[in-house]
Amino acid sequence: MSTARRLQSGGLIDRSRRIRFKFNGKDYSGHPGDTLAAALLAQGVRRFGRSFKYHRPRGVVGAGAEEPNALVQVGEGALSTPNLRATQVELYEGLTARTVNGWPSLAFDVGAINNRLSRLLPAGFYYKTFMWPRSAWMRYEHHIRRAAGLGHAPSLPDTDHYDKRHAHCDVFIAGGGPAGLIAALGAARSGARVLLVDEQTQLGGTLLFAPVAIGGRTGLDWVSELEAELRSFPEVTILNRSTVTGYYDHNFLVVNERRTDHIGPGQASSKTTRERLWRIRAKQVVIATGAIERPLVFDGNDAPGVMLASAVSTYIRRFAVAPGRSGVVFTNNDSGYQAALDMVSAGMEVRAVVDIRENPGASVLAAVSACEIPVYRECVVSSVQSGFQGLKRIELAKLSPGGEDILSHKGLINCQVLAISGGWSPAVHLHSQSGGRPRYDSAKACFVPGSSVQAECSVGACGGSFTLAACLREGADAGISAAVQSGWPGGYVDVPAVKEFAQAPIQPLWEVPAGALSGNGVKKFLDFQNDTTAADIKLAAREGYRSIEHVKRYTALGFGTDQGKLGNINGLAILAKALGKSPDEVGTTTFRPNYTPVTFGTVAGRTLGEQLFDPVRKTAIHAWHVRRGASFENVGQWKRPWFYPRDGEDMHAAVNRECLAARNGVGVLDASTLGKIDIRGPDAARFLNLLYTNNWDNLQPGRCRYGFMLGEDGMIMDDGVTTCLAPGHYLMTTTTGGAATVLTWMERWLQTEWPELKVYLTSVTDQWSVMSVAGPYARTVLKAAGCDLDLDGDAFPFMSMQAGQVAGISARVSRISFSGELAFEISVDANQGLALWEAIMVAGRDYDITPYGTESMHVLRAEKGYVIVGQDTDGSVTPVDLGMDWIVSKKKDFIGRRSLSRSDTGRPNRKQLVGLKTEDPSRVLPEGAQLVNSRQEAQPVPMIGHVSSSYSSANLGRSIALALVKGGLSRMGGTIYAHLMDGSVVPATICEPVFFDPENQRTKS
Amino acid sequence: MNMAQPESRTSAHLREAQMLRIECPWCGERDQEEFQYGGEAHIVRPESPDTLTDEQWADYLFNRANTKGIHAEQWCHAAGCRRWFNVLRDTVSYAILTVYRPGEQPPGNIE
Repeated sequence: MSTARRLQSGGLIDRSRRIRFKFNGKDYSGHPGDTLAAALLAQGVRRFGRSFKYHRPRGVVGAGAEEPNALVQVGEGALSTPNLRATQVELYEGLTARTVNGWPSLAFDVGAINNRLSRLLPAGFYYKTFMWPRSAWMRYEHHIRRAAGLGHAPSLPDTDHYDKRHAHCDVFIAGGGPAGLIAALGAARSGARVLLVDEQTQLGGTLLFAPVAIGGRTGLDWVSELEAELRSFPEVTILNRSTVTGYYDHNFLVVNERRTDHIGPGQASSKTTRERLWRIRAKQVVIATGAIERPLVFDGNDAPGVMLASAVSTYIRRFAVAPGRSGVVFTNNDSGYQAALDMVSAGMEVRAVVDIRENPGASVLAAVSACEIPVYRECVVSSVQSGFQGLKRIELAKLSPGGEDILSHKGLINCQVLAISGGWSPAVHLHSQSGGRPRYDSAKACFVPGSSVQAECSVGACGGSFTLAACLREGADAGISAAVQSGWPGGYVDVPAVKEFAQAPIQPLWEVPAGALSGNGVKKFLDFQNDTTAADIKLAAREGYRSIEHVKRYTALGFGTDQGKLGNINGLAILAKALGKSPDEVGTTTFRPNYTPVTFGTVAGRTLGEQLFDPVRKTAIHAWHVRRGASFENVGQWKRPWFYPRDGEDMHAAVNRECLAARNGVGVLDASTLGKIDIRGPDAARFLNLLYTNNWDNLQPGRCRYGFMLGEDGMIMDDGVTTCLAPGHYLMTTTTGGAATVLTWMERWLQTEWPELKVYLTSVTDQWSVMSVAGPYARTVLKAAGCDLDLDGDAFPFMSMQAGQVAGISARVSRISFSGELAFEISVDANQGLALWEAIMVAGRDYDITPYGTESMHVLRAEKGYVIVGQDTDGSVTPVDLGMDWIVSKKKDFIGRRSLSRSDTGRPNRKQLVGLKTEDPSRVLPEGAQLVNSRQEAQPVPMIGHVSSSYSSANLGRSIALALVKGGLSRMGGTIYAHLMDGSVVPATICEPVFFDPENQRTKS
Repeated sequence: MNMAQPESRTSAHLREAQMLRIECPWCGERDQEEFQYGGEAHIVRPESPDTLTDEQWADYLFNRANTKGIHAEQWCHAAGCRRWFNVLRDTVSYAILTVYRPGEQPPGNIE
C-alpha cells in the first residue's frame, strides 16, 4: 500500500493512529483528521467515479460541500447512505465506501461508449429522443437510470434514531470561519444568546489551510483562542458538523446536525441520535458562509488531476497530502498563486503559473518568482492531455488581448495536478433563500448579496469581501450590531491586524478558446456531475432558450446533488454572452433549500410508525377483540374489529355468519369509537336547531333523535343520534372519523358567530364504552345480564334512553339501531367497558351471542339503506339527494338551509341515492364502479353515477348495492350498466335503497 | 475598537425581526405550528338567509377578498386553548401585525 503522497509533517491529522477502511472493495488506511477524499489522494487514488452522462473518469475537484465528482455510498445494509461527498466523509475504523457512478465497475464502464458517441448526445438529447412513444418513457428511464447510476437507497428499515430540537437565539451565525468567529465573539461579548453553526469538523473555515498571521499568532492559534472564549459564555452554543440547510420566513432556520456519522455505526451510545434537525428562530442572522472557488472553463477541464486551487492548498496544508508530483496553476486572480506556494512547500515540482491577466498582483508575483516558478501572463491552458489515470500534460497558449482568440501555442507542460482558480462565488445561498436577490458585481466578477429582506446580513467572503482583514472587520461589526439590534447594550472586540497578500483585480474569462489539442469528444465542462458543457449552453441559446431557469432544465446545469455550486455562475455568464446580455440581466437560478442533501431520517425525526407518526386509539374492549382473533380495520386513528373469523373462515364466511346471527339470534358490536360531545346550557336546543336540519325544540328528556349536519353549502357533513339527557343537556354522537372536525366546527360557530348563546361543549368520546346488542334476542340477553330496566316495548319505546344498571354497572341504555334490528346501545364508564362486554357475552352464551365487526355493520345497515357519511356521501350530496326531504325542516333556519334552494341544489338531474340489484344475484359490484346508460355507447360515454356501497347479503341471498345516480329517484325499475375494469358489463336494476324490512317492524318489535 | 455604529453596509441591513409566532389573546405568544388558519375574518352570517338572492348568498358563501397586503383573518389556537381570534396579517411579508378577540374590530391605526 502506497502512502507516497503523504507529507512527513504538517497538517491537522494524527499520524500516531491509523484508520483502516475499504473503498470499492480494496483496503486503505488513513489518519484521524482525514476525509475519505484526503486519505485516498494520499494513497495515490486519482479516479473517484464516472460522470453521469458520458461516463468519463473523474477525480476529486474540491475539498468540501461543492464537490461534484467524488460521490460515494458509505456503509452497508440498513445504515448505508448514498451520494455522500468523499470530501466531507470523515474516516472511522472499518468504513466501507464505493463509488456511486460506474456500472458495472469503475475500471470497466460500459456506459463510457456514450463518451465516444457524445456528438450524438447534445443537450436535451433524452427529451428529444425518448419522448415517443410517450408510454415507453418509463421503460427507457429504467435503463437510462441504471446506466447513469446514482446511489442506492437502502432497502432495509433504518435502525438509527433521529430527533429534532427547537431553539431560539438573539444572534444566529452561519459559518465558523474568521468572519463568523469574530461575529460570534462580538455578539457574545455584547451579552446576546448566540448560536454558531459550522459545517466542518472543527472551526476555522479557510484558516484551516491558509498560512496567515492574525494579531501576531498563526490563524489556527487565533481560532483556538476565540473558540475557548466563546465556549466560556453560557449563552453561546456551537454546533460542529452542522449545515444550515434552509432559511425560511421570519428568520426561521433549519440546521442539520450530524452527530455520529464520523464515528461510524454502532459506536455511539444507543441514546445518541444519528442526526438532529434544529428548528431555530433567530432575532438576527449573520451569514458568514464564505465563498466557493470557480473552475475555469477550457477543453478537458474535467480530467482527474484538475482541481480547484483552494482544494490543492487544503489537501496540502490541512491534510498533509501532495495531490501529485508536479503541478501547474491556472488562474485569473491572485488567490490561485497560494496554491503554487503550497505545492512548493509540499515538495512538488511547480512548472508554471498561467495567468490570464497582464498584471498580476505584485506581492504574489514576487512570492512565486522567489520560488523560481515561471509565470506566463496573458496566457491560458487551452487544453489538456490525459490518460486513464488522469492528467498528463497541459497545452499553454497566448491569449489575444480581448480574450476571444488564441494568438499562439506555446507548447506542452507535463504535470499531474492543475490547480485552477476562476475567481470566487460568494455562497449567497442563505441570503437568497431568505428572500434576497443577489446582484452582479462586475468589479469582483461575482454575484453578491442584494438588499436584505429579513433581519440578516452577509459578512466576509459571502458578502463579496475577499480579504481576511475585511472578513474580520465586517464580522466584528456585524456581531455587535446584531446583538444591539436584538436589544443588548453592545460590546467591544479588538479587530486584530493581519498579514496577507495585497490583491490585484480579477479578470474574468468565462470560456477559454479552443486549443490545438482540442478535437472530437473534447469538451469544456461547466457542471461536472451532469456533464453539462459550454457548448450545451450555447446550443440552448441557439434553440431559443432565454431564461436561465429554462436553460437549467434543458441542459441539466446545476441539477445534481451539488446543485451547481461550482458550475452555475460560469454557465449563466456563458449564456449571458450568447444572448448579448450582462450576467446581471440573466440573473441566477433560484437557490432553494436544502444547501446539501438531507436524509429522510432527519426530516422524519421521531414521528415514525404507529407510536408517534399518527397515534393509535383503541377501545376499552380492544384486548378482548384481540383474544377473539379479530381482524382490525383503521377508522380514523381508531382500531376497530373488522370481522371475527372462526377457524378456517375467510372474511366472506365470517361476515355472512355474523350478519345471519344479528338478524336471527343476537349480535354485539363495539360502538365505543363514535364521537361523543356533551352539550350543556340553556341555549343548547337553539344551537342544535342551527346545527341540524330537523327540529329539536320538542325533544323531551330521555328521547333520542337522528340528525344531519350540513355545511353552509348545503352538503352533508356529519350525522348521528343526539339524546336529550335533561333540559338543557344533550349528548351528541358523531361519526367515528368526524368527531374532531365536528367539535371544532361547533366551537367555531359558538365562539365567532353566536357568542351570545349559552352553550358549553365537552368531548366525552373516550369517557364512555358503548356496545350495541342487536337481534331478536337482544332484550332477552339484556335481561339475562341483569338489566334492572323494563325493556318492553311500551315502557321502553324505540328512540328513547333510560339510565339503570346492567350486570351491576351503572349504564345509559338507549333503544336505537343502526342494524335495523331490535337493538339496545349500552354506554358505561370506559373503565367498566370490558367488564360489561364480558358480562353480556356470558349472558348471551345460550343464544350463541355473536360479536360482529364493522364489515357486518356495513352490510346490515346497507340492507336497510342507512347511509354512511363519507362513503355514500362525498361532500356533494344533500339530504334531498338521499331522498330524505322529511328530515329537512321548512320552519326554521339552520346552517346550509339557504343553499338547498340554490339553482344547483334544486336542479332535477342531481345524483340521487338509489338501490341496485344486479341481474345476476351472485355478482357483487365493486364499490366505485362507474354507471352508464347502456351496454355500448359512442365515446365519450356519459357517466351517470357510481356505486357507493356494495355487498353480498346472506340475509337476502343476493348482492345489494347503493349508488348515486343522476335523476335516480325517477328511474326506479330501470336498468343501468356497470362497466368494470376487466371489460365486463354488469346490468343492474334500480330500486329503492331499502332492501330489508321496509316497514321497520323489527326495530320497533 | 468596534462599537456598533450604523455606518457600515452590514448594520444598515439589520432590521427588526418578524417571527412567525402568534400572540394568542388568551395564552400569549406561541409558535405558529400550534395554530389553525380559518380564513377571512368579519364575514357575518346573514340574519335572514331566506331573503337573499342566490347572488347575495353566494357572495357570503364563496367570495373572499384575496387581499394582497393587510388581511384580517381568523385563527384558532388549536393545539392550545382551542379558542378562535382575529389576526391582521400582511399576506406579502407574512408579518403578523396585531391580534384581537372575536367581536372586536381591528385597531384603526394599522396601515
